[in-house]
This record gives sequence, C-alpha cells and structure tokens, in this order.
Amino acid sequence: MSTPVIKAENLTIRFHTDEGLITAVENVSFEIAAGEVLGLVGESGSGKSVTAKSLMLLNADNAVYDDNSRITLYDGKQEINILSLNSQRERRQIRGGLISMIFQEPMASFAPAITVGKQMVEQLMLHTDMNKKEAANLSIEMLERVGIADAAQRFNQYAFEFSGGMRQRAMIAMALSTRPRLLIADEPTTALDVTIQAQVIDLMKEIVDDFNMAVLFITHDLGVIAQTADRVAVMYLGRLLENGPVREVIRQPGHPYTQGLLQALPRLDDLDAPLSPVPGDIPSPLERPPGCVFHTRCTAKIDGRCDQSVPDEIIIGNQHKTSCFLHDSEPPGAAANYTTSSGTVSNQ
Amino acid sequence: MSTTDTNTPLINTRDLSVHYPLRGNLFGKKRVVRAIDGIDIQIPKGSFFGLVGESGSGKTTLGRALLKAAPVTRGTAQYNDGEVDYNLVSIDGDDLKEYRKRAQLIFQDPYAALSPRLTVRDIIAEPLEVMNLTGSRDETDERVREIAKRCRLNLEHLRRYPHAFSGGQRQRISIARALVSNPRFIVADESVAALDVSIQADVLNLLRSLSSEFELTFLFISHDLSVVAHTCDQVAVMYLGRLVETAPTRELFASPKHPYTRALLSAIPSLDPDDRGRAQKLEGEIPSPSNPPSGCKFHTRCPHAQKRCSEEEPPLVSGIDNGVNQVHDLTEHKVACHFWRDL
Repeated sequence: MSTPVIKAENLTIRFHTDEGLITAVENVSFEIAAGEVLGLVGESGSGKSVTAKSLMLLNADNAVYDDNSRITLYDGKQEINILSLNSQRERRQIRGGLISMIFQEPMASFAPAITVGKQMVEQLMLHTDMNKKEAANLSIEMLERVGIADAAQRFNQYAFEFSGGMRQRAMIAMALSTRPRLLIADEPTTALDVTIQAQVIDLMKEIVDDFNMAVLFITHDLGVIAQTADRVAVMYLGRLLENGPVREVIRQPGHPYTQGLLQALPRLDDLDAPLSPVPGDIPSPLERPPGCVFHTRCTAKIDGRCDQSVPDEIIIGNQHKTSCFLHDSEPPGAAANYTTSSGTVSNQ
Repeated sequence: MSTTDTNTPLINTRDLSVHYPLRGNLFGKKRVVRAIDGIDIQIPKGSFFGLVGESGSGKTTLGRALLKAAPVTRGTAQYNDGEVDYNLVSIDGDDLKEYRKRAQLIFQDPYAALSPRLTVRDIIAEPLEVMNLTGSRDETDERVREIAKRCRLNLEHLRRYPHAFSGGQRQRISIARALVSNPRFIVADESVAALDVSIQADVLNLLRSLSSEFELTFLFISHDLSVVAHTCDQVAVMYLGRLVETAPTRELFASPKHPYTRALLSAIPSLDPDDRGRAQKLEGEIPSPSNPPSGCKFHTRCPHAQKRCSEEEPPLVSGIDNGVNQVHDLTEHKVACHFWRDL
C-alpha cells in the first residue's frame, strides 16, 4: 500500500455530559491511501460520525481526546498532527482545504440567503490564492464537471432553487473545488431516491478516480458500500469490530456482528429467506458492556470470556482483521461453523 | 401469501384524484398540483399491499386519501371489511368516527411521532380514551398491557417516557398505539425507513406476524424495493401521481414490465462488489407535479420513449399472461405502457 493520506491511531473520544463522561469512540485505528475509498458502516450510535468529525476537529467543545490518540494527515510534503492544531487559523486551513466533507442533507451545507456561486467562490478565495474571477471560473467548471446543466446560470441561483439531486451534486462540486486530499462523505446518498442515489454514486466514483484523493464514506447501507468502497470498516458502540477489503468482508464476514448485519438485509436474490434481525437493541452509551462491546447481542458469545476481556485484533485474511475471540488460535480464514448461510452474495 | 377467499377488496378506488390548487398569478389561470390522478386500486382483504415510487410520486397522498386525511377532488373510494361498507369520499358523522377506529396510520419517524411528555402507557392508551372504547381505567390498562405484550414491549417499560427508548422500541410503541383500537386497515408510511437494518428486520417481522394474527390489511408505503419484496403480497408502483404497474410481488420482481419499474429495480445497489456499474441508469429527476409532462408522465426519462408516448397517456391495462398465479381479478398484473410487449 502507498503512503496513507490519513492515519488514525488509537483514537479514543469521550464527551463530558451532565450524565458523566461518555465514551463515543474507543481505540479506533485505520488509514486511507490516496485513491482509496474506506467505507465506514455501523448503526446509529456506533460512533461513525464522531470518528469522521474528529478528522477535521469538528466535534463539540466537550469532546476529550485520549493522550495516545493520534491523527496524522500527509499533504504530500509534510505530516500534520491534526489533534495538536490549536489556533483557529490552522484549523481553518484543514477544514475545506485539505479535508472536505459532504453531508446527508445538502440544504444544511449551503447558506440559504447566499447564492451557490458566491459560497463556492468564498471557499476558494479562502483556501487558494485565486482572485475572484479565477475562482468563479473554476466554480462554474466544477458545476459542469458534476453534471449540472447550464452551470453558468445555476452559479447565480440559490440552493433552494435546486432539486435534491442537483443540490447534492453542487455540494460535491463545492467540496472538491479546493482539491482536498481527503473527502469525508457522511451518508451522502441516504436522503436520495434510489435512482438519484445511483447517479450520485457513479459521479463520486468517477471523481475519486480523477482527483486521486482518499475518501471516508460513511453509510449504514451495505449495498452502497459494496458499490463504492475498496475497504470496509465496521463499527459498533465506538469500537472497530472488523476491517478489510470489501469483497472479503461481504463474502466472508469474520465478526458475528457483520454477519448479523448481512443476514438482516432484505435480499432481492432470495425472497424466501427469512429476515433475521440482530437480537436485542444497541445498549445506551452510558451502559457500555464490559469485555467485547457486542457480547450482549452476540449469538456466538463465549461465556466467561467475551463478557470479561476485550478481544485483540486478529488477522483473518489479506489485510482483513477482526476483533473477536472466535478467531483466536484459529488459522486465518477458518471462520468455520457459523458463517453466513449463503455462499455467493448477489442482489440481482 | 394470504389472499383471502372473498373477492370483495377491502379498498376499491376508481379514478381517485387529489388535486391541490396553487396560488395562480394575478392574470394567469388557476393551476393545480395533481398529487394523485385517476388511481384505480384494489387492496384485497388481509393482504400486505406495497406502494412504491420516488419522492413526489404521490404515495403518501394516496395513503392519506384512503384515511380520509386528504381532500378528494374526483373519483370514488370504497371501504368494505365485511361488517361495514363505507364510501370514503362522502363519509362523515358517526360513520367517520367508526372508520377512524378501523383505519390507522403508523408514521415514519418514531422520534417525532411520540409525545415526550406522555408515558408509554398513556401514549398507547390515548386512542382508547379519545374514542371512548373502554369503560374503565382498569379495562384500558388491561387492553394496553395486552397489546404491548403482542408488540413485544416490556411491561415494566409502560411507566417510562419515550426518550428512554431506542428507535426500534419506539417504533414498536407506535405500532402498539395504532393497533390498540383493534383496526382492520393500517397505512404504514415508510415505517421502517428511519430504522437501522438490524432493527428494521425485527419490526418487519413483527408487522407481518401481527397482520396474520389480527387479520389486518396493510398498505405498506416504502421507497425501498427490497423491503417491499420481502414483506408484501402485492405491489403497486407510482410515478408522478399515476399508477404505472401493479402485480403480485413475485411476479413484479421476476418480470417487471414497465420501464420505470425496471429502472427502479436496477438502481438498487447490489451487494455484490463485482456487480458494479452493470445497472441500467435512469437519467434526470422526477418532474414537478405542478407541470407534468404530456402523454405518459415517464416519457421524459424513459429510454424507450417514442413519439406516441409524449402525445397519448397509456391506460393501466391487464391481460398480461402471468402463468404464475391463477388469474384472479385482484392479483392480476397490470401495466400502463404503450410498448410493454416490445421491451
């Protein structure tokens, strides 16, 4: 693997609240190389968004980062230690410059009373040394690039005059105009209809190839992950439970939680297959289970072990790791007697 | 598959239309938004009937019209559950009150649908109290406990407030509230869309088992075709206020006829990473319902559109030999496309 663009090591994030210190992310490590898409999957409350926001220092002020947590961004020339950026000026260079983010709800990332074009120009002038004219030209070029017709006219319109899919495209154009090294996409297609989702996914793939940047793609939809990601990381209650190449994780999931997620998915290739939910509910972050965080819902739990100690990360395939005692002292890949029911995974 | 013995559908509409007036400009003529237009739909008693389409296709308006919660502009809608027979367009007074007990709605967002100031017990009991369905507080409590148990809610939780619950638990509370008045017909509008997959499967299984236990008829509105494929007996596909195809679920997924249905199916992201980019992509977006295209509403995005499509609107026709099901009036495969035979 080439040099990673971003590297998170032992990331632990807690929040001060009225009800005490809440652990949102615990001991999470990952890296993303240029041109690579890492899909981050997990239920609501799993810590996906907190993890993503930490990369840009966007978490609220009551967030506490552990002492040995480290986030390193390589901008091609130098290493930047993100967690040590203290001044607003330094932080602003990262946000929207080296790292851009796109959101689920595009209306929320455009100011309603300023034209789309003006916002794009403002961002470019802040992060580059372009003058107004150059910035406007590049913005129109970017709007064209993401497939917005009549880009020059659209440039002078407001976000509310755009349709949902078009707004999402405009947001992508704005996020990419500064040529960031890392793009964070937080559920960018969740609010869209399937037909528009397919268009946006295609666009994102094209652009990632073009711009050769690293992408952190957050979603709860494993189908979207299968279509976009190179590697997948599965999070649950703040812990990274599995991390590996998309084909391996979807075809031979190593962690019982990943297996459960795949089995809970309604599949179009087998309408008779029963839908099997992951039993129970995700525990409250105030009551984090001891040991493996998933043991309270796990069907393969080993009594006296999973509820006592936290499993280490175990390599179970080519760059495929999982934190589960079931793989302890087994040869790689031997996830023997509890694998998913279907051998081949296909949706059509 | 639970198609019932009787041939009378629970819901039967003809030419059902809901048009909303737009404020016209000073001199211009009055414009209307045709939220739904000319809907003929039969929902068999005891079925789990799916309604799919993009946002703006009129799914929710149709559901609301059937609950007497949207003003009907034209057409008829009949409700017949074997005990009562109502004309839903003209229904009022005591009949409407009775219909409110028999027809209920489950909302999409379990976080917004439950009052934060009421305990779970009070939330579930509210319909009973408002409609005077029980004689005493003890009777109400008993009924609440019974329905909560059926919806797999922990009885000790009845005294808590909704903020203490996760999304899946909240949705089970919403379901219990909808079922407490012993309804026959439930409109579930995107009821699992806000839930995580691991919970979604649980709520879907619950809805299916409740529907057979209480002999309920469901109108299940969803934008997620794979969810519909797994829960519904029959599916109707809507586009811009019109029905474009209806069929038994298996039939629809095995051989979709309308180009729009096909496009929707192929747009579902495949779980197979090697299947990337094979899908047939639909260009553009759904047009505004205040200014719909002429002829077939779908022709502006249809890859097979011809001249006739922009001039003449295709009717919803039956006569597709399905060979799978016994051809039966209520479960027939119907499609609204001039050229479905040639595709």
